[in-house]
Amino acid sequence: MMAATVIAIIAQRNLFSVVVLAGVYSFLMATVLVALDAVDVAMTEASVGAGISTVLLLGALYLCGGEEAKPMARPWLPLAVTLVIVGALVYGTLGLPAFSDPMAPIHTHVVPRYLGQALAETGVPNVVTAVLASYRGYDTLGETVVVFTAGIGVIALLRRARRGKEKGK
Amino acid sequence: MRREPVLRVVGKLLIPYMLVFALYVQFHGDFGPGGGFQAGVITAASIIFYALIFGLPAARRAVPEALVEAMVALGAFLYVAVGFAGLALGGNYLDYFVLHPNPVEGQHRGIFWVEVGVLVTVSGVMLKIFYVFAGRGRES
Repeated sequence: MMAATVIAIIAQRNLFSVVVLAGVYSFLMATVLVALDAVDVAMTEASVGAGISTVLLLGALYLCGGEEAKPMARPWLPLAVTLVIVGALVYGTLGLPAFSDPMAPIHTHVVPRYLGQALAETGVPNVVTAVLASYRGYDTLGETVVVFTAGIGVIALLRRARRGKEKGK
Repeated sequence: MRREPVLRVVGKLLIPYMLVFALYVQFHGDFGPGGGFQAGVITAASIIFYALIFGLPAARRAVPEALVEAMVALGAFLYVAVGFAGLALGGNYLDYFVLHPNPVEGQHRGIFWVEVGVLVTVSGVMLKIFYVFAGRGRES
């Protein structure tokens, strides 16, 4: 179903249906993540991917019109680059341990300690929250700063555009 | 869309519940799925929903732009401040054990305030981006 959605996105020329299909894709991805028992990530995917970004893309469509422009040149070079990268990524997955292999490095390094000790050390039953906010507090601080920087960037760029327009008058 | 009675009634009914659900996701993040990021996005989504139904000026009156811009900075500041609070009380940066005599309780406190910081920044940024994008077409 996800593959069908992606093909539909590529084939569509109307950008409005592309945006809606991208939202559908996000919801399908969220169900896949629920099936993988990653409820926290699924929630984020559903709310950010299908909710906020759909609204923002629709807002952008309102500004720039609904039809995709015809491509300027034949896309053979980008296609070749993409195929090479896909090949490299697929080759890279061959080196990963098999799916759900209990002896994979990720299961033997720090994860047993997190899973075993998180409740006793932090008193937080949801291990995802414990890891995110406590054990990996620096990483989450970095993420918050990234979001903050994005907001500041948007404010700086679009505010200046507005002020420039006023001067032009 | 201002004249649509069904949308207005359903929106008025649903938006308080969306905000409460965001708070539930925020404070219940210790026990179930969720946390500051998801709760921030849900908060922003409910206000965007309000803006879509009742119009952007009404949303700007309910949640003024100056407040949103302050939220963007305040959340990140709160997170950093929690880190320095740990430092001031004799621990390492972002060390929660020292925030309370009982280390587990201190962890709880640290995670709580950090998640509040994430919530404030994320909802502020999402709303600001929406305001800026939605406001552009009208002003020019």
